[in-house]
Formats: sequence, structure tokens, C-alpha cells
Amino acid sequence: MFEGRDLACLRGERLVFGGVDFALSAGDALLVTGANGSGKSSLLRVMAGLLRPVTGTLHWRGQAVAEDREGFAAELRYVGHLDAIKPVLTVAENLAFWARLAGQGPDAVARGLEALGIGHLAGLPARVLSAGQRRRLGLARLIAAPAPLWLLDEPTVALDTASVAAVEAAIAEHRASGGIAVVSTNAPVSLPEARRLVMDEAEPVETVADGW
Amino acid sequence: MSGLVTILRRDLALASRRGSEASLALMFFVLGTVLFPLGIGPDPNMLARAGAGLLWVMALLASLLSIEKLFQADWEDGSLDLLVLSGLPLAGIVLAKTAAHWLVTSLPMAVASPLLALLLNVDAKGVAALSLALLLGTPTLSLIGAVGAALTVGARRGGVLLTLLVLPLYIPVLIFGAGAAESAVAAQGARAHLLVLAAFLLAALPLCPWAAGAALRQSVE
Repeated sequence: MFEGRDLACLRGERLVFGGVDFALSAGDALLVTGANGSGKSSLLRVMAGLLRPVTGTLHWRGQAVAEDREGFAAELRYVGHLDAIKPVLTVAENLAFWARLAGQGPDAVARGLEALGIGHLAGLPARVLSAGQRRRLGLARLIAAPAPLWLLDEPTVALDTASVAAVEAAIAEHRASGGIAVVSTNAPVSLPEARRLVMDEAEPVETVADGW
Repeated sequence: MSGLVTILRRDLALASRRGSEASLALMFFVLGTVLFPLGIGPDPNMLARAGAGLLWVMALLASLLSIEKLFQADWEDGSLDLLVLSGLPLAGIVLAKTAAHWLVTSLPMAVASPLLALLLNVDAKGVAALSLALLLGTPTLSLIGAVGAALTVGARRGGVLLTLLVLPLYIPVLIFGAGAAESAVAAQGARAHLLVLAAFLLAALPLCPWAAGAALRQSVE
């Protein structure tokens, strides 16, 4: 359902990674691990279509992603290092914008906030949130605006153990309903029967910050 | 379509919550204009002759000053990535954000311009033409500026680069915009000038969002 063949990514003049292959079908999860700078974030950005791979192809439902970027984008949710939160809007307003953009009604917002345990913060301006709460608000988009493909870049950073469990439960439910999750992480995240992709570190890494 | 309205409404809500940014352009426009009589002297005839041009230059600079930030905040907090991934056409996203920018910054300037024109002793016959020209011309400025803002988002010292890129493209709008009031005062009618401004807008409306969208895709890479 979601396949990548021989993907390579170039940032500046440095090859971040090369020869990455994966094939995922409905209900699968892919756990991407590797040292800092090994290209996990770049791989997820390539998967999302934000970065163009220098070689290789991505296929979604049998069709090349490059042929219909916008159609593919509508079927994925990407959670990167930045949480895309506007400090002047309330927690609920922040989530409502992304939910509405994905065609969801107002009840989706409450559902998303409850799933990540931040329902009680709905009316607060987002600028008062802690790092972990911001992260949870970013992840709440996954629930409020469902999509078959989740690309999660270090989703558990700054989260407490209860929230990590909530994220794991959300991923499990997503997979049970036929979704695909790609998770890059260095922290232990429980993903039963996940495929693994270890980004090897053949290249020197001191010049490029992870993710850009 | 509803997605674009959602973006427009969010940008308007953000502008009204922040407040200061929206009023900054208008303040710059009003205060800058008020300073001119102090600088070049209070001679009513000279002010009447220069008034329309002064207002146009101030409107242009105020628009340039604020357009720099069009994509900056969304780029910094990661929203731009998600907007690009929203599945909406990039040109539409640019159009929605540019429309919000124009409503917040340039529309108040066009509304305030008759008052400032009277302050500068611009002939009453030219005041209506001046405001109409601003209403027709400033959207073109915002659209051209959006292309520059999309190209320079994330660049260090993007502001300088943006000015160099965009200012030459503003010149035709400035010439016909300021000319509209002048020819109205000279009783020749501003119709021709206004039609040219409308033509600029009609050309910029499809072209600029498309170009800015392509530039945005580059800048998220």
C-alpha cells in the first residue's frame, strides 16, 4: 500500500541516506531508528513528499506519489519536530483549524483533545502550555483529522509515561482499523510486530542538523 | 474552497488577536504621511501637487514592510509544512493568506486615504480617484509581494532581498496609481489609469499565487 524503493536524500552536498527500501501494507507499522543525524527526520520528510528524493520512488496505493502530490498529502498526517501551534489562539482553536482544514466538524476537536488527555485545557491560550502539552496538542491532530497514513517524527519527545501509553494506544487502534504508522524514535515505543528500519551511519554527520 | 476560507479566517483571527502587527502598517502610513508637510514645508500648492504621489509611496512602503512576514510565522512554527501537506492547492493557500494580509493592512490604508489627502490639500476632484486607485492597486502590490515573501521565507536577511526583488515590480503600479489622481485633478478623468490598474490586478491574480506556490514548495524543502 505504501512503498519506497531505493530512496536517497541529498542535503546540500551531503548524502544523508541512500538505498532505503520499505514496503508497508494496511495495519503495518515501521519503526525507524538510528543515531542523531542518520537521516530519520529527512526520511520522514521524503515520505511526506516535503523533500524530493534524489533517487528512488514512492508509491501510495500503487500510484507514484510524484504524480499526485496533493492527493497523497490529503491521505497522510505528518507530525514533525515543530508542533504548528499558534500561541495567541486557544488550544481548541488551534486544533479546530487543522480539523476544519481536513473537513472535520467541531466534535472532532473534543475527540482529539480527550484522546491525548488535554480536554481540560481546551479554553486556555496555547502560549501557556508546557512542552509536553504542546506535543500532545500536535499529536491530537491525528485523532481529530483521521488519515490512513501517519508519519510521526519522535512523537514521544517530552511526553510523560501516561501520554506515551496514550500515543501507543492511538497507534494500535489506528493500525487495527487498517491504518499505517511510520514512527521514527530513539525512545522505547511499544509497536507490536512493527517492521524495523535502522538508518545506518556511513557518512559523517557533523554539518547537518537533524531534520533540515 | 471551504479550506481556503478556513485559512483566510484563521489569518484574520490571528491578526486581530495580535493587534499590533495589523495596526503597524496603518500607523506607518498615517504617521509617515503626516511628517511630510513638516519636512517639505507647509506650502499648500506644493502639498497639493505632491500629495497623491506621497500617499502612494507611503502605501507601497507600508505594504512592503508588512508583506515580509506573510509566511514567516507559519514557516517558523511548522504550520507551513502542514499547510503544504493539507492537500489544498498551494496557489489557493497563497491567495487566501494574501487576501487576509490585504484586508488587514492595505484596506484600512485605502479607507484612511481620503482624510490624509484632504490633510495634504489634494484637490477634491482627485480624492475619489486616489482612493479608488489604492483599492485597485494595493491588491496587486500584496500579490507581487507574496511571491517575494515566498521566495525569501527562511532566508537570512530576507527583508533586504525581498525589497530588491519586489520594489522594481511595484513601479508600474505606482506610476499608474499616482497618475490616476493627477489626471482626475487635471479634469482628464482617471478612467484610463484605473483600467490599467485593474488590468494589472487581473494579470497578477492568477500568476502571482501560482509563482508563490511553487516558491513555497521549494522553501519547505
